[in-house]
Amino acid sequence: MSAGGIRPARPFPEAARDTLQDAQMRRNLKHATTTIREKRLRAVAELPDWEALRTRGAELKDASLSDLAEQLLTLEAAVKRCGGQVHWARDAAEACRIVTDLAALHGAREIIKVKSISTDEIELNAALEQRGIQAIETDLAELIVQLAGDTPSHILVPAIHKNRAEIRDLFRQKLGAELLTDEPKVLAEAARLYLREKFLSTKVAVSGANFAIAESGTVCIVESEGNGRMCLTLPDVLISVMGIEKVLPQWADIAPFMQLLPRSSTAERMNPYTSFWSGVIPGDGPQEFHLVLLDNGRTDVLADEAARQTLRCIRCSACLNVCPVYERAGGHAYGSVYPGPIGAILTPQLLQLEDENANTLPWASSLCGACYDACPVKINIPEILIYLRGQITPHKSHNLENTVESIAMKTAAWIFNEPFRFEGALKLARTGQGPLVQHGAIHALPGLLGGWTSSRNLPAFPAKSFRELWREEGEV
Amino acid sequence: MKIDLFITCLNDALFPQTGLAMARLLRRLGHQVHFNEAQTCCGQMHFNTGYQREALPLIRKFVNDFRNAEVIVAPSGSCVAFVRDLYPKAAEWAGDDDLLREVTELGKRTYELSEFLIKVLKVEDVGAYYPHRVTYHPTCHAARLLRVGDAPLTLLKNVRGLTLVELPASEQCCGFGGTFSVKNPETSTAMLADKVQSVMSTGAECCTAGDNSCLMHIGGGLSRLQSGVGVVHLAEILASTESISAGSSETIGAMQVSAEALL
Ligand code: SF4
Repeated sequence: MSAGGIRPARPFPEAARDTLQDAQMRRNLKHATTTIREKRLRAVAELPDWEALRTRGAELKDASLSDLAEQLLTLEAAVKRCGGQVHWARDAAEACRIVTDLAALHGAREIIKVKSISTDEIELNAALEQRGIQAIETDLAELIVQLAGDTPSHILVPAIHKNRAEIRDLFRQKLGAELLTDEPKVLAEAARLYLREKFLSTKVAVSGANFAIAESGTVCIVESEGNGRMCLTLPDVLISVMGIEKVLPQWADIAPFMQLLPRSSTAERMNPYTSFWSGVIPGDGPQEFHLVLLDNGRTDVLADEAARQTLRCIRCSACLNVCPVYERAGGHAYGSVYPGPIGAILTPQLLQLEDENANTLPWASSLCGACYDACPVKINIPEILIYLRGQITPHKSHNLENTVESIAMKTAAWIFNEPFRFEGALKLARTGQGPLVQHGAIHALPGLLGGWTSSRNLPAFPAKSFRELWREEGEV
Repeated sequence: MKIDLFITCLNDALFPQTGLAMARLLRRLGHQVHFNEAQTCCGQMHFNTGYQREALPLIRKFVNDFRNAEVIVAPSGSCVAFVRDLYPKAAEWAGDDDLLREVTELGKRTYELSEFLIKVLKVEDVGAYYPHRVTYHPTCHAARLLRVGDAPLTLLKNVRGLTLVELPASEQCCGFGGTFSVKNPETSTAMLADKVQSVMSTGAECCTAGDNSCLMHIGGGLSRLQSGVGVVHLAEILASTESISAGSSETIGAMQVSAEALL
C-alpha cells in the first residue's frame, strides 16, 4: 500500500537508527542523490537569472497566500462555471469520504491514479480499499512502491531507495512478467503492458494538482511519463485532490514555475508532459470533474506568520536531494509522505505540533542550510526548523530525557548570564573531568552526551581558559 | 582600528589558543585589540535547540557587552552567522522592536575572522608561515550563511610553506550541527564518517576551518580512528610565523595545544 499518511510511527532518531543499518538503501540513495544534485546544478547554471527567478517564485506564492481565501473562492466560481464541481475538505477523513463516495457512486471497483502526494497524505488508497475499491498507481515509481507493499521514500522518486535488480524481481513476482534483464527499457515495458489495460478499462481517475489558476478554474499537472495524461483524459470521471496552497491568481503567474519546477526537481529544462484542464467539455475527456480542496492543517500554517512560507512549497524535492541527513537516513526515517527538509517542517505543522513523533522532525537537521540554497521558492527551511524547535520545546512531554536536557539548558543559561559563574563553571569542569580524560581527550561520556562519544572523542578542558590567559598575558 | 574580540564560549572554554592566535594576528596587522571580559555566550546553542526563552537574556547581554564596539571579530562563522542572521529573527519573534533595531545595527559590525581580513582590512597575505600539508573544510554557516566564499582559501594560499590540498565534496556538512550530534548521534556519525574519509583521502597533515565546533567534531572522528591527521583552526595557521612555534608539528593532531606555547 503506497498510502503512507503523515503520522510518524516513531520518533526520528529511533527510526533513523534502523534505516541507517540498511547499507543497500544508503548506497542506492547516495548514488541517486549525488547524480541528481550534479545535474540540477548544471540545469540551474544555464539560466543567468536563476536568483531573480527564485525571488519571483517566492513573491508570487506569497502574494497568493496573503489573499488565499479570496483566491480559492475565485477558483471555486470559475471551476463551477466550466462545469466542474468543487468540494471543501477540512481534514484527511473528510477528503477521503468525498472521494470514496464519488467513486462508489459510479460503481467503481478500481480507480486509476496519477501520482499525487496529497492523496498519500490523506491515505486515500487505504480508505478506498475499505470500501472495496482498489486504487492503481500509474506512475512507474509509485507503482513499484505499491506492488512492493512499501511506502514512498521520496516525494518525486518514491522508489529512490530501490535499485533495478530489486525492481526486476518485484515485477517478475507481482506482474508475472518474464524479464530477462533489468534494463530500464525492459522494466518500463513490463509496467506499460500492465498499465495500458488499466487505462482502457477503468472509469474513474484520481489525481492531485501541481497548480490551479483561480481566474479560469484551470488545474495543472506536470509529469514525466505521460501516464498521468492517460488518467486525465481516458476515464469518464476525474477527481482531483488539491492542497489549498496550490492556487495561483492568474495564468501569467504560472510561467516562472514552469522553469523553476522542472529544473529543481528532475534537472530538466522542461518537464515532458504538462496538462491543463478547466471543467468538462462535452464529448471530449472526462464528463465529470470534481475538485477537492484540502485543508488538513494548512490554514493553521497560514495563520502563523513566521512559518507561513512553508506553504510556498511546490514539491520539487530539490531540498531532499541536497540534504545530508536525508541522504543517510533515507525517506522512511521521517515516517511521513513528506520526508527530507520540507517534511521536517511541514509534517509537524500539518499536525498542529501536537504529534509527539512528528515533533522530533525539526531536530532532524544539522542546520547546514543546503536546502535553503536549493529551494526554488526560497523557503528558509533552517530558520523555520529553529522556529518550530522554539515552539515545541516548552511543551515537550516530560520524559526523563527531556527533563534532563531542559535542566541542563536552563542551568547553562543561568551560568552564561554572569561571567563569574561561567568562569567558576569552567574551573569546576576542569576538576570534574579528571577521571574521564585519557591522553588529553575524552572517550566516553555518561548520559545524554553518550551519543557523541560513541563515535568521536572530545577534547578535554585545557588548564586555562581564554579569559584566564588573557588576564595573565594581556599583551599577546 | 579598535577591534573587539568575540571569543565565543566554546573557544573560551576549550580552545583558548585560537582566541590568542586571533588576537596576536590582529595586533601584528597593526590593530588595537580589546576583550570585554563580561562576554560569555551568544546564545546560539539555546536558541537553536529550542530554548528560545532562555536565549533571549543572552542575546540582550551580548548587545550590552558589545554596544560600544566599533567592530566585533570572532573566530567562528557559526556564532557570527547567528548574530547576524538570527538575532533579528529572535527579536522579531519576541516582538521586541527596540532589540530588532539594535541587533540589526550590531550585525553589520560583527565579522568572522577571514571575511574581516579580506573584506574589511583588505589583506590577503597576513605574513604567516606554516610548513604543512593542509586541507580546508568550508563550514556550513561560513559558506552558506555568511558567504565568506574564497576568503579563507585566499588567505591560506598566501601562507608561506603551506601546501593546500583540495578536500573532495568539501561543501558537505560534517554532521556536527550543535546539539544535532547529540540528539541524532547515528545520523551525525554517518555524515562524519564521509567527511573523515574525505579528509584522510587528501593525505593532508591537518584539516583547517574557521570554526572550532566543526573541527572538534571532525577532529573527534579523526582521533577516534587514530588517523594521525589533526585539525587546526584557521586563526592559528594565520598567526604562525617563522619565529613562533605555533606551526610546529606537535601542535597538529593534539586537539588541545598548550596555550602557553603560543605566547
Ligand atoms: S521546500 Fe523548496 S526545495 Fe523542498 S520540495 Fe518544496 S519547493 Fe522544493
